[in-house]
Amino acid sequence: MTKLDRRTAAVHPVDHIAHSHRLRWPEALPWLLIAATYLLFPSYLALGSQVLIMVLFALSLDLVLGYAGIVTLGHAAFFGLGAYTAGLLAAHGWSEPISALFAAAVVAGAFGAASGAIILRTSGLTLLMLTLAVVSLLAEAANKADSITGGADGLQGIVINPLLGRFDFDLYGRTAYLYCAAVLLVMWYVVRRLVHSPFGRSLTGIRENRLRMHAIGAPVRRRLVTAYAIGAAVAGVAGALQAQTTQFVALNVISFHLSAAVLIILIFGGAGRLYGAFVGAPIYMVAQDMLSRLDPVYWFFWVGLLLVLVVLFARGGILGCVDGVRRRWP
Amino acid sequence: MTSPALETRRLSKSFGALVVTNEVDFKLERGARHALIGPNGAGKTTFINLITGRIPHSAGCVLLDGEDVSALPQEARVKRGLGRTFQINTLFPDLSVLENVVMAVSERQGRGGDLFRPAGSRRDIIDEAYDLLERLRLADDALRPVRTIAYGRQRLVEIAIALGLKPKVLLLDEPAAGVPSAETALILDVMAELPAEMAVLIIEHDMDLVFRFARRITVLVQGAVLTEGSPAEILADPRVREVYLGERRHD
Amino acid sequence: MSQFLPALVSILFHGLAYAMVLYLAAVGLSVTMGLMGFANLAHGVFAMAGGYLTITLMAALGVGFLPALAVAILAVAAASVVLERTLYARLYTASEIDQVLFTIGLVYMATAAATFFWGPSPQHLALPAALQGDIPLVGRQFPTYRAFVIVMGFATALGLWAGIERTRFGAMIRAAVDNRAMARSVGIDTDRLFSLTFALGGGLAALGGGIGAEILSIHPAYAIEHLVYFLIVVAVGGMGSIRGPFFAALLLGIGDTACKYLFPEIGAVFIYIALFILLLWRPAGLFGRA
Ligand SMILES: Nc1ncnc2c1ncn2[C@@H]1O[C@H](COP(=O)(O)OP(=O)(O)O)[C@@H](O)[C@H]1O
Ligand SMILES: [Mg+2]
Repeated sequence: MTKLDRRTAAVHPVDHIAHSHRLRWPEALPWLLIAATYLLFPSYLALGSQVLIMVLFALSLDLVLGYAGIVTLGHAAFFGLGAYTAGLLAAHGWSEPISALFAAAVVAGAFGAASGAIILRTSGLTLLMLTLAVVSLLAEAANKADSITGGADGLQGIVINPLLGRFDFDLYGRTAYLYCAAVLLVMWYVVRRLVHSPFGRSLTGIRENRLRMHAIGAPVRRRLVTAYAIGAAVAGVAGALQAQTTQFVALNVISFHLSAAVLIILIFGGAGRLYGAFVGAPIYMVAQDMLSRLDPVYWFFWVGLLLVLVVLFARGGILGCVDGVRRRWP
Repeated sequence: MTSPALETRRLSKSFGALVVTNEVDFKLERGARHALIGPNGAGKTTFINLITGRIPHSAGCVLLDGEDVSALPQEARVKRGLGRTFQINTLFPDLSVLENVVMAVSERQGRGGDLFRPAGSRRDIIDEAYDLLERLRLADDALRPVRTIAYGRQRLVEIAIALGLKPKVLLLDEPAAGVPSAETALILDVMAELPAEMAVLIIEHDMDLVFRFARRITVLVQGAVLTEGSPAEILADPRVREVYLGERRHD
Repeated sequence: MSQFLPALVSILFHGLAYAMVLYLAAVGLSVTMGLMGFANLAHGVFAMAGGYLTITLMAALGVGFLPALAVAILAVAAASVVLERTLYARLYTASEIDQVLFTIGLVYMATAAATFFWGPSPQHLALPAALQGDIPLVGRQFPTYRAFVIVMGFATALGLWAGIERTRFGAMIRAAVDNRAMARSVGIDTDRLFSLTFALGGGLAALGGGIGAEILSIHPAYAIEHLVYFLIVVAVGGMGSIRGPFFAALLLGIGDTACKYLFPEIGAVFIYIALFILLLWRPAGLFGRA
């Protein structure tokens, strides 16, 4: 018997499962770091907000890819839909931010449900192509509808009211940072509940063995479409945050590159673990911020190389490696 | 007059030009202990896949409890009491043994789609799954990831998952395949303890196991029913011998 | 009516030329996908490399168009074998997401390398005199270059068909697409088959990238920009099929040209919607098996 077995054997197996959703202390770590960043790096809060938004975006992808196992190149479609929804509302006089988040979630979620119901009938390369086709379709539509979206110039004229009618979005990005952190906290709680629910477990089941899930009577496609739609709604919220905190929406919110970037963030951090997003996003965003002062060409090269190396040598990402180390030296 | 638990009428399947199931008429009575035997490639697994709806049939129909379920998807047939195991382990390899079974129990109780309540809060489901593990002598491995336990014990998890569905009709596809002969006794024990009212159809190559378990045997050759009868009748049937002796020589 | 017919002919002509480039660039992907189940999103890099090599050989070394094309095809085919043996082969059994990330990584590196060596702007293919200008066809003038691309595309497709149907190599590919384990058990060296197929697919893509350089212009984002169309050709055609991608490319090339010509505002959107409907109807593609 290894050490690990002996440690867990002390708890009755039924209790072990029954308690698996309880909060553990390392889960407080991200929130402590988010709070510490606010206190220690007041001049980096604009970047900090961007990081928090990417954490949320990657978290939404974790539900779709990490848990449900849907490989998608089109997740930016939902981020972009959320961004345009919030941006357009604010540009047309609906300046209250929180209700706009809900609107973004509904629009992105509905689109996720509708497109998911169509494309999740397929699998493999065809599904991959269709996720990419959805993002290309939306990008094309946003580009052509420039009278509405501002096209290549971007959507301008976004006006956001003070948060809760009291807190102005200040020049230093303090309000924006705290706003993003609060929304992330709420969404993290929702996603965490989801992955520990029977529904979330069944997504893991579908990822691990779809055939078996069919054979125990699970409505597999409906579960996948539901997960896809929820993931889309959360991504929509992330997009809306981006539109509100930067008060600008550019066409590149709906692109292959953003889809790929969020995929890379999640895989670097570690997919299917709920916290991969919290690890991957800060590293990626800070590295990008530092390296983009160089030529962006080099950025692409290093990201590409790192991807190749991660796949060849470090599957499971950073958290996967941490797990591996902990298993060896418990 | 009560209808059989499971019935197929002229059930057929072809892959392109290859006819794999050829107008099979078959009845599985309530509480049956029935074996389906036949050489490799006879179409036994395909027959089960057609019954469960895993692959679409080409012609004929499947009846559960006298009701035509041919048009229903797999999950609807499971809901009507059809459970199965797979010839090749079809488990959740990274989940623990207990979680594998919890998944099945939770689906049977219609809780698999619950979005917000933690899975762990349904103690009754976990307890039921754990009881099953105890019945199948798997409790010691409850928390181990399935991929880390011995193959023979993984075969038991296959059965445990199927039993977690409390099926009225249980289809076992070579439950002892790949299990060292010393351990098949355990599988036989488990099968002997199955509830009497459950109708069981087993595909098996281990003739010893078949004759100890089955009260009725159907022989399938090249997709068609060669004969059906009691174990004694099957043993005495020269055609069956021919099929099997021919098969043995290849082995 | 007098407006309609010339427009139709023009759409068909340009659509055909476009379709041939798509076909050449993507057919290798269909075969490797069907054969090895490998989601190679970097396939477009082979086409891009073919384009860059052809253009550079002509511009820098003064090589003629056809010899430059031939060298580019051979070079890309050779490079793809090296890649296959050293990197891709390790990932045949990996999960889909690993294959996807790995090949995206390759695309990013290739994009950066192309920018580094050739700069961000598109490279111009200096057509030989023989391919410049127009040729008369059924009483109208057509660009000679596009006519050449169409002829080359059809010729290659026919050659491939014949090769797959008639040769031993083709028979082995068909057998292995049908059932890899079976093919191996009857003594087909699948590793070698995979390498050769990869080389063939890479070479064909290089051909497409090279001769199509004035239709799909050669620039660093080539492999990403056209990825979705390459994937459409493969998925609509049906994985592992040789004929499928040809017809899929025809549909896409002509359909896309027609939509963009007739409805410039919403043309591209139209194509995607048609795609969704088509795959709802036949999820495995036109020539794929369910
Ligand atoms: N998906 C499939 N496509 C084509 N042929 C198949 C397929 N599944 C099974 N077969 C063929 O059907 C026949 C019966 O297979 P199977 O039902 O697995 O036999 P058994 O379980 O009796 O050994 C075999 O010849 C097999 O090759
Ligand atoms: Mg079988």
